[in-house]
Amino acid sequence: MSTLVYITSSNGVGKSAFEAVTYAKKMGGDVVVVTTGSADSSVLAGLGQYGASKVLVDRSVTSDDSQQLTRVIATAVASTNANAIVFSHDLVAKAVAPRLSVRLKAGLVAGATSLPTTDGGFTCSVNVFSGKAFGNVNVKTDKKIISLLPNSIQPESTGSACAVEEFNGNAGESRIKVISTKKPEGEIPLPEAELVVSAGRGMKGPENWGIVEDLAKELGAATACSRPVADIGWRPHHEHVGQTGVAIRPNLYIAAGISGAIQHLAGVNGSKVIVAINTDPEAPFFKAADYGVLGDVFEVLPRLTEALKKFHASNN
Amino acid sequence: MKILVCISKSPDTTSKIAFTDGNTKFDENGVQYIVNPYEEWYSLVRALELKETLGGNVTIITVGSAGDEAVIRKALAIGADDAVRIDAEATDAYFTATQIAAYAKSNSFDIILTGKETINYNGSQVGGMIAEELDMPFISLATKLDLNGSTATLEKEIVGGVQVVEVATPFVASCAKGMAEQRIPNMRGIMAARTKPLTVVPAIGADLYTAFTSYSMPAPKTACKMIDPENMDELVSLLHNEAKVI
Ligand SMILES: Cc1cc2nc3c(=O)[nH]c(=O)nc-3n(C[C@H](O)[C@H](O)[C@H](O)COP(=O)(O)OP(=O)(O)OC[C@H]3O[C@@H](n4cnc5c(N)ncnc54)[C@H](O)[C@@H]3O)c2cc1C
Ligand SMILES: Nc1ncnc2c1ncn2[C@@H]1O[C@H](COP(=O)(O)O)[C@@H](O)[C@H]1O
Repeated sequence: MSTLVYITSSNGVGKSAFEAVTYAKKMGGDVVVVTTGSADSSVLAGLGQYGASKVLVDRSVTSDDSQQLTRVIATAVASTNANAIVFSHDLVAKAVAPRLSVRLKAGLVAGATSLPTTDGGFTCSVNVFSGKAFGNVNVKTDKKIISLLPNSIQPESTGSACAVEEFNGNAGESRIKVISTKKPEGEIPLPEAELVVSAGRGMKGPENWGIVEDLAKELGAATACSRPVADIGWRPHHEHVGQTGVAIRPNLYIAAGISGAIQHLAGVNGSKVIVAINTDPEAPFFKAADYGVLGDVFEVLPRLTEALKKFHASNN
Repeated sequence: MKILVCISKSPDTTSKIAFTDGNTKFDENGVQYIVNPYEEWYSLVRALELKETLGGNVTIITVGSAGDEAVIRKALAIGADDAVRIDAEATDAYFTATQIAAYAKSNSFDIILTGKETINYNGSQVGGMIAEELDMPFISLATKLDLNGSTATLEKEIVGGVQVVEVATPFVASCAKGMAEQRIPNMRGIMAARTKPLTVVPAIGADLYTAFTSYSMPAPKTACKMIDPENMDELVSLLHNEAKVI
């Protein structure tokens, strides 16, 4: 048994990479990581702590063209004889893993939330129907591909740094030309965030978002919003969570001035703990929340930020 | 310009989700199917807009059983020219993609569009698989698509941002929000859809790589604990000591 993990290192090597390597390690067998891009070798070597025995890096590939990445990973699968390939279920994996599935004739579990069980066939659980239910997917092919949903496993660092080898994955030419890339600096990518502060139409207008950002900053949380808020342009589209937006499953989701419509809940009901703040006692969010605050966001949010400041100060 | 738009059905968002046969099958009892929103709102509408300005043809394709024809007619009513139904149950993404790729191979299209994902199984798999089968570039989660001759310019979502890319036809793209505005079919469209060509094509032999063996529902939430809005120290303490998330 040998497992290959692909990680995207263009944004640095972060939690989702640690999760994927930990997951692969727990599957049993040897774990090799393949990556592309420009991450420092010393950073990549750190993946050994999570269970990788070595890291292969193809520095000739700097884009995330799914055709190039598929070739690189297929080359690495051949050279390591891997019979399972693990991704973190991010935007890159969503384009690459399906291609690799066809190329390797390997069944794909898209968005796995658990380790595979192997009694009675190789089976993983995934979320289905926008998170309203769970399904067990059985993979019938010899080779298996698993794309792991972020925040499904706790990274475990017990080993030591591993070797990093330059690797030629025969990426070939890209037929996609990148014209420009826009990326806000220093923000926590929403799907990876463990803590999220989200707000909706109850905020009345974009000029009021300061209190949301203050709370997010004090928590070290990412910010999100409901769909109408993104639609009217109060917030950028990549913050929109829900059935038609991003689906997230942070440890803590704070919903301020969001009613809790079923399409919104579809994207957030995988959160471990939900706090709803709303002036309407009938707001559906209170049925989905663990903690509810019946109150005005304009008073409650600043008060919560203050309480957190006190808490952080006394815990230092 | 020949555009192929892959259409899947999805249960109406307010449908009750339940399972039968010892939790091995989705309970379709009383479930209303709609055109999967990413296709109805984005990929199909953008395909129609391109056809309207550049000329050409928009074909929709679905892998499904005869019962899915109502959903196909809805998509035709929005304005597609013709439809193809590959006669098979779409239970596995690889099987589905193989059917669509085989049809596309013998009918060469300039652009193949899918939605971002189906909202029932949320795999986001079919588009990339079609692209690999056809050895075409794949632009995932496109939020904008413009054409200049045989060169397309697309905007796509990347982690925490957007990227603008250029690609020559033919290519496959999956479409996300921003691509177009939803179109409500009018009476004329609905009438015309009844007589538009709908070809039924037998499925080709293909393996199933995966299968859903069982389903389960999340445990019901315990009642929400209400906190005094004046006392946010209590909320912080509960989040720290009880929920252990901060
Ligand atoms: C097919 C489909 C897909 C959809 N996809 C999504 C999706 O992905 N994501 C999404 O979010 N929505 C989605 N929607 C829309 C969804 O149905 C709701 O309309 C939307 O989530 C409502 O947003 P909201 O809660 O911000 O606004 P509202 O419904 O207007 O709710 C505002 C809330 O703020 C409260 N409030 C007002 N003032 C205050 C105050 N001062 N203090 C505290 N609370 C206050 C109100 O009591 C109310 O509960 C979709 C809809 C459809 C039909
Ligand atoms: N049965 C199907 N028939 C035609 N197209 C489909 C089918 N299933 C999925 N698709 C297309 O593939 C996209 C992604 O689906 P999925 O991989 O299931 O998330 C959908 O948005 C559709 O455009």
